[in-house]
This record gives sequence, C-alpha cells and structure tokens, in this order.
Amino acid sequence: MTGFVDRLRLADEQRAAFAAWPRRWWAGLPRPVRLGALVAFAAFLVALPILQPPVLTTTGTDFTGVLFTVGVYCLCALGLNIVVGLAGLLDLGYIGFFAVGAYSVAVFGSPQSKLATEYPWLVCIPIAIAISMVSGAILGGPTLRLRGDYLAIVTLGFGEIVRLTAVNSEVLGAAAGIPEVPRPPGERADGTRLFTIVDVTPFYWLVLALIFLVVLAGANLERSRVGRAWVAIREDEDVAQLMGVPTFRFKLWAFAMGAAVGGLSGALFASRQTFINPESFPVQTSLMFLAAVVIGGAGNKFGVVLGAVIVAYLPERLRSIDDGLLVVWYVSLVLGLATYLLLRRRGPRDGPRTYLRLGVVAGILAALPPLLLAMPEVFGSRGEIGQLRYLMFGLALIVMSVFRPQGLIPSRRRAIELEDRAKEVEPGATS
Amino acid sequence: MALLEITDLSVHYGRVRAVHEVSLTVAEGEIVTLIGANGAGKTTTMRALSGLQPVSSGRIHFDGEDITHLRADLRVIRGISQAPEGRGIFPGMSVRDNLDMGAYARRDRHLTRAADLERVFTLFPRLKERSRQAGGTLSGGEQQMLTIGRALMARPRLLLLDEPSMGLAPMLIGQIFEILQEINEQGTTILLVEQNAHRALSVADRAYILETGSIVATGTGSALLDDPSVRAAYLGVA
Repeated sequence: MTGFVDRLRLADEQRAAFAAWPRRWWAGLPRPVRLGALVAFAAFLVALPILQPPVLTTTGTDFTGVLFTVGVYCLCALGLNIVVGLAGLLDLGYIGFFAVGAYSVAVFGSPQSKLATEYPWLVCIPIAIAISMVSGAILGGPTLRLRGDYLAIVTLGFGEIVRLTAVNSEVLGAAAGIPEVPRPPGERADGTRLFTIVDVTPFYWLVLALIFLVVLAGANLERSRVGRAWVAIREDEDVAQLMGVPTFRFKLWAFAMGAAVGGLSGALFASRQTFINPESFPVQTSLMFLAAVVIGGAGNKFGVVLGAVIVAYLPERLRSIDDGLLVVWYVSLVLGLATYLLLRRRGPRDGPRTYLRLGVVAGILAALPPLLLAMPEVFGSRGEIGQLRYLMFGLALIVMSVFRPQGLIPSRRRAIELEDRAKEVEPGATS
Repeated sequence: MALLEITDLSVHYGRVRAVHEVSLTVAEGEIVTLIGANGAGKTTTMRALSGLQPVSSGRIHFDGEDITHLRADLRVIRGISQAPEGRGIFPGMSVRDNLDMGAYARRDRHLTRAADLERVFTLFPRLKERSRQAGGTLSGGEQQMLTIGRALMARPRLLLLDEPSMGLAPMLIGQIFEILQEINEQGTTILLVEQNAHRALSVADRAYILETGSIVATGTGSALLDDPSVRAAYLGVA
C-alpha cells in the first residue's frame, strides 16, 4: 500500500527534478560566470539595433522598430503577469489600460489636444501611470467580486469600452485621433533631438531600461507581503480569506499595479507613434498580450518576457520567408515535438488521456501543411504570413494548454498547482 | 459568557435553505462538536462562521461582539481560525510557506513565528520532515495535518475544524483526534464538525446533531453516545 504511494511520489519528484534541470544547471554555475553571462546578454540586447545581426533582422520592416514593439509587448506581458500570473485573475481587456496610458500622454501633452495643457513628456508619464492605475481600480471595484470566466467576460468588455469611448469623445480626438504626442526630452551632442520619428533606437533603449526596472520591481513585489497574498489568492481564494488575507483589496491592488505597467507601456507606444487613434487599440491585441503570458509561462517574469518576444517578434520575422525556409520551420517543429515526446518521462498517470492528447497534436500537425498550402488562395499572397498570426497563436495556445499548461518557462509553484488541479478532476481521485 | 454564540442562524444558497435557525454556544476551553450526515449543513455553518458565506438571518457573537457581517479577514484577527475541509492547503507553496500563511493576519508574527512553528512541528513531526516539500505533493493525512497546523499558526482563541477525519485511515484518525485533545488542553477552544460521530462524540465536551439544516439533538458527548436513537442513526448500532 504505502509502497505504491511512495513510488508514485518518487515518480512525481523525479519528473519535477528532470523538468527543473535548466534551473539547477544555472544555479550550479559559479557566481562570477552567471554575472558575466548576464552582463554580456544585457550588452547584446543594448547593442542589437547597432549590430543588426542578419539572422535576426526583419526584411520589409525596420528592425529597430520591431525591437521597440517587442519591448512594448514585454512591458505589457510583465504588467499582465501581475494580474494573471501572480493573482490568478483572468483579464481579457488589458489593451484598455494600454489605451488609457497612451491617451493620457496624448491628451495632456499634445498641442493639438482640446485640453491644450501641453504638459511636457516627463510630466505626462506620471499622469498616465496614475490615470491607468485609477482606471484599473475603477474596473476592478465592481467586477472583482466575480470569479473566473465571468471576470474574463467583463474585462473583455472593458477593452472595447475604452476604444468606443475614444471614438465618441471629442476631447479624445474621436475617430480622427490625436497627433503630435510629445516625445521624451534629450539632445544629442550636436544639439539635435535625441528622440525623433526617424531613429527608433533611443526609444528602444528607453523601453529596455524600463523593462529592467519593472522586472526588478516585480521581483521585490513578489517576495513582499502583497506578493504572498496574491499567490495565496491564486492558489485558493477561499482559503486565502481564512488566513486573514483581505482578498478583495489585494485583487484590486493587482489590477491597479497591472494597469499602471500597461499604461506606462501605452504611454511609450503613443510617444513613439506621435499619433494615436482608436484603431491603434484593437481588442484582439489584448489576446496577443494574454497569449504572450500563457505561452511564456504565467507567473514567471522571464517566461512572460520570452512569450512576448515570441508573440511580437516571430510574425515579423516570418513575414517574408521563402518556401524552403517554411519547410525547415515545419520540419524542425515536428522534430522538436517528437524529441520532446520521446524524452518525456512516462508518467504514472499515462493512460487513454495521453493518447487522446497525442491524437490532438497529430491532427493539428497534419492540418498545418494543407493550411499553409491553401494560404495563397485565401489571402492572395504568401508574403502576408503575418496576417495568420492569430491562427498561429491560436494553434500554439491549444498545443500549449494540452501539453504544457504551465508555459515554456514555468513558475515552479504554478506547475504544481496545475498538477494538483488535474489530480482533483481525475476520475476516482481520492484525497 | 460563551466565547461563541450563534442565535437562530439561517443560510440560503439562492432559494435553497441550507441551514435553518441553528443556535449553538461554545464556552471558552471547550471542545464542541457538530455532527451530521452529508448535506446536513455542517460545512455551510462553518463557512458562515468564518465569513465566507453570507448569512440570511440570525446573529453570530464572538467574545461578546456581533460579528454576523464582519469581513472574513477581520474575524481571523479577532481570533477565529479555520482548518478547511479536504484539500484546503496551498498546493504550490511549500509546507513552510503554508504555515507562514497561517500567521499572515498576526501583526506580531515576526516575534511569535519561531515558537509557533516549533509547537506545530512538535505536534506534527511529519510536517517538519516535509517542510520544504510542496503542499500539493503531501499525502491526504499530511495535508490534513498541515491545515490544522496552519490554523494554529494564527494562535486562535477558537479553532474551527471541518471534518479532520475525512478520507483518512483509522489509525491516522485516532492520531489526529489525540492531537486535537492536546491542542485543547493547551488552551485553545475547538468547534469540530464531523461525520465520524463516534470519534467526535468521545472527545467532545458537548455536541449538537444537525439534520437537514436544523439541530435535532444536543447534550454532552457521553450522553449522546449512550442515546439509543443517536446510536441507531449515527453510530450504526441498534
């Protein structure tokens, strides 16, 4: 009896240990090596717009511009991660906060705005963050009493409400939008402006620095009393209440903090664009932000940053790709999955369910080539592969939720929670 | 005066009545048990006591204060701590982090934590062995110990226990009930909700029997153990 239970537990532990090898490998390196690797990586990121490495660069779109967009996505993913990954609240309207931040900078800073305050950029940014936070609290106040799917539906509506408000409000520039959004201050040595429309590089460096700050702040927040309350709420809201956690207040905080980061990201986006209108904030973008968080690994800062890179960068890179490369991508995808399945430990709970999962993935893989072949007929030209991004990330989300619900770089805790939940729903499970 | 006093408590889920005009008292230092079959309203009563479930009528007084509509987290600060039923742990947190969460509401937790941890580990040595392991990987019995230990970390005046024997092997049940008596002797008042009537009645000072949302019998633990109708309905002896 106990022998069997112990064997089960051992198998679980071995699997967890196997899955954790990258983490252990990294932690096992000497401290100077780790530090050096981090510095080198940071230097590489900073130098990217100057290096323009040929393997990474995008054809047809300005590479630095793509880098900046990826940075904006990273910020959003980090902010959304507070809400979804830490506090476990499903928010499908995150673009709303992004838009609030963008519009705040435009309305308070642009000389074309009806308000005509023309605050400088440095004043606009804190205002944008504050207004985004307040909007997070306003959305959260009435809706955070809802849980799960209901909360998701209401937040989905919020994203659309913000956009429609902008369309119908004269102060917000209505459908025409607001031009001349202020840019950050700063001059080059020769007296010309540092932040211009032509050169995105300073914007990229700015967003990089902010990502760094947000990651640092996030790490501190996670370890704090607030962070522990969020994790408790995510794991079991009722039990968190029984521990004396004022759950409503902390959920509201999560919304406000997430909204603040989203607003900051939106503010940067608006400054770089110099012109925004309601069409800049389609509700689908919310789903791309969420895809970044889920694919990367909700609850893990580095995971969600990787997810944002995948979601924002890959479609741009794939936008212009020839047939030969497409085959290479497809073959490597299949090979990668096959290797994963072969290397995967046979779990003690492998059963019919496992084969069903394999069937689902086999079906998706089989459906991909005809889909890709049919693309020229459906979309006119293969060059517009970027248009297929929603389809691709939809498929990626399905595969992820079947095989790796914890994401590419999972949060250790969250992976255990998900396994625990799987145990609970399994037929015949006993406590 | 009673530490906990419930008067005419009713709870509804929508239009369905789960608990109907229940009155009970728990005096300081007692072990009181509330027994009943599945669906009798035991867990609902517990949820109402800890503030997770809104009350439709009736009053709850704790230490003389009316807490009927007090927020759940404030009740924890007043000294009511619950060990929830079943898998009521934080599965992704380590045993140690689970226990630390138990002290979340205490302002002086930095001073008291070491002593409280020591106490919990003395009561449940298994938890000490597994303190770095994730809660979700514990066995059912260990999870049960963890919920009780975690509730103790709040240094409660009143400990609410929801079915601590659920799903456990008889030997473990005996162990858990011994520990409950020990906790009680150390000065914590206990309200125990149980389906396992025999065990619960033998440790309890007083007991209430709940049937379809109402209290149908009350008395000392030993009196109810000897009551023929209780024996027939709950102890499986004629």
